[in-house]
Amino acid sequence: MSLRIVVCVKYVPDATGDRHFAEDLTVDRDDVDGLLSELDEYAVEQALQIKEAADDAEITVLTVGPEDANDALRKALSMGADKAVHVEDDDLHGTDALGTSLVLAKAIEKTGYDLVVCGMASTDGTMGVLPALLAERLNVPQVTQLSEVSVDGGKVTGRRDGDTATEQLEAALPAVVSVTDQSGEARYPSFKGIMAAKKKPVESLDLEDLEIEADEVGLEGAWTKVDGATERPARTAGTIVKDEGEGGKQLAEFLAGQKFI
Amino acid sequence: MAEVLVYVDHVDGAVRKPTLELLTLARRIGEPVAVHLGANAEDAAKILGEHGAVKVLAADAPEFAEYLVAPKVDALQAAYDAVSPAAVLLPSSAEGKEIAARLALRIGSGIITDAVDVEAGDEGPVATQSVFAASYTTKSRITKGTPVITVKPNSAAPEAAPAAGTVEQLAVTVADSSKGTKIVSRTPRESTGRPDLTEAAIVVSGGRGVNGADNFPVIEALADSLGAAVGASRAAVDAGWYPHTNQVGQTGKSVSPQLYIAAGISGAIQHRAGMQTSKTIVAINKDEEAPIFELVDYGVVGDLFDVVPALTDEVKTRKG
Ligand SMILES: Cc1cc2nc3c(=O)[nH]c(=O)nc-3n(C[C@H](O)[C@H](O)[C@H](O)COP(=O)(O)OP(=O)(O)OC[C@H]3O[C@@H](n4cnc5c(N)ncnc54)[C@H](O)[C@@H]3O)c2cc1C
Ligand SMILES: Cc1cc2nc3c(=O)[nH]c(=O)nc-3n(C[C@H](O)[C@H](O)[C@H](O)COP(=O)(O)OP(=O)(O)OC[C@H]3O[C@@H](n4cnc5c(N)ncnc54)[C@H](O)[C@@H]3O)c2cc1C
Repeated sequence: MSLRIVVCVKYVPDATGDRHFAEDLTVDRDDVDGLLSELDEYAVEQALQIKEAADDAEITVLTVGPEDANDALRKALSMGADKAVHVEDDDLHGTDALGTSLVLAKAIEKTGYDLVVCGMASTDGTMGVLPALLAERLNVPQVTQLSEVSVDGGKVTGRRDGDTATEQLEAALPAVVSVTDQSGEARYPSFKGIMAAKKKPVESLDLEDLEIEADEVGLEGAWTKVDGATERPARTAGTIVKDEGEGGKQLAEFLAGQKFI
Repeated sequence: MAEVLVYVDHVDGAVRKPTLELLTLARRIGEPVAVHLGANAEDAAKILGEHGAVKVLAADAPEFAEYLVAPKVDALQAAYDAVSPAAVLLPSSAEGKEIAARLALRIGSGIITDAVDVEAGDEGPVATQSVFAASYTTKSRITKGTPVITVKPNSAAPEAAPAAGTVEQLAVTVADSSKGTKIVSRTPRESTGRPDLTEAAIVVSGGRGVNGADNFPVIEALADSLGAAVGASRAAVDAGWYPHTNQVGQTGKSVSPQLYIAAGISGAIQHRAGMQTSKTIVAINKDEEAPIFELVDYGVVGDLFDVVPALTDEVKTRKG
């Protein structure tokens, strides 16, 4: 029996660019180059390792996003995923976390799965809630924030490093997993991988295919509303001194002036 | 007045500071009712009452420790059903966000995560978020259902406000479907004796410039002289010089102390994402072009191995 893995990957504006909001207070995606969220590369990597350890497994990468999000899928395919699903629909513009989880869950069910692998958080919204929402919607175990993961005998096990403790987790498949950037460096696509990716199938789905009404998603359907976004004023230039033997003392003087000592 | 549920973050009844901050914020939008899951609710109730909790709904069940997240969602949902609150506030920890998300979905409500402030508004609570590595500030609200909001640590100063803090037992049935993810073992983190990174008023962090685990005591000594927590950049963590639990940044802890001191850290966007909301920022870096200097209130261009020990000595002298 083949192990069906679905990896959720998000296409995000490059964090090193100048990110902005558009007039409708959604993310301005034209302004900055987009890419596969770096944290989702770790998800693809772990899926590939799980596949390599399994007898027979297939990896589908799934994204919900605009036309350009295809780039994120191609990157994941060139790393070694087998096929891709792209959910794209104009009515998705401005969808919030609950709406996104609805679309992802329906697409995952349609694709068929034994294991869903996500990143720990996107690099734009950075909510870190989608994996938990997917587990709730799909009614399967959530095995999240893992720094180590393995799948064997129909079970997924992993290590979760929490705030106050480290936990070893275990769940039966099907399950939703999310992995952190401690799970191991993601591989670079090889030339062969990049060439092969061009021939791999990308299935395109819209809301109708997933039997989702337009008013369940998008800005109109959102459960949350952004009323305002203001750019943080540039910090007023601070004092900068060169250490010529007195740097430590000068800094102490500053800290004392600010009542820290 | 409308009641507001506050999810209590605690270790065996020892309430963590972010919960007291939540109680302060909750009082702006209603009467706080605390939800305490696990042991020692009576101990927790005392401090929760001192900070404005009119009531503490308490439930203890072995499932909270045996299975991940979902049983706690069942319990919070029971509290929600019992109270019909105007809002639900939780701490923005990884677990807090996961519980919040699943609750929001179950009760048909929107969710806002990582708020840095919460105020009352005409159309319900308004949350302030600091987004895109703190380069933007947004104001958002929830338009459907009961607002579920998670709040970052250090978003408000805890205020004392005596209230009854009466403990009431909450009846919780953990669904079979919530027992999917077994916690096979748990190893509590060893205490260093230093303040908790996310709660500390002062954080001193070291980066690649510290150049080795053997040199981290230089950073620790400064931290100890100031009563500060120790942080690290991902470069320092990846090199194995300091534990990942001390990492500050996008994929580490997000800190917002009164004072942040960065030594040997260049100031990459992912590091900034975790510390840019600090009130006062200080950097020590030998490269005057380092991007961290764009953020600082005070910067010293110099070798950290000269500047940091000199500063530590000076702090000790001044503190006597
Ligand atoms: C700055 C900012 C703040 C926001 N704040 C809120 C808010 O408070 N409340 C709210 O409801 N919405 C909010 N949103 C919208 C929210 O980010 C999107 O709905 C988003 O797709 C889901 O949240 P996330 O990106 O934070 O995902 P996370 O929960 O951080 O993502 C975790 C993982 O889920 C998967 N994933 C996430 N999105 C997709 C996708 N589109 N396609 C495939 N896989 C995906 C990836 O594996 C990812 O690693 C915000 C967006 C931005 C840009
Ligand atoms: C998806 C993703 C998530 C990430 N998450 C995080 C995160 O959570 N936290 C994080 O920190 N990074 C994170 N990073 C990594 C980040 O991009 C940077 O690589 C990292 O912050 C660099 O760490 P650094 O500043 O210590 O090292 P460097 O960038 O190498 O800087 C070292 C600095 O030390 C200075 N220096 C050297 N020697 C001395 C000396 N003797 N005295 C004084 N100064 C000296 C140098 O001039 C230099 O400026 C993430 C990256 C990605 C892609």
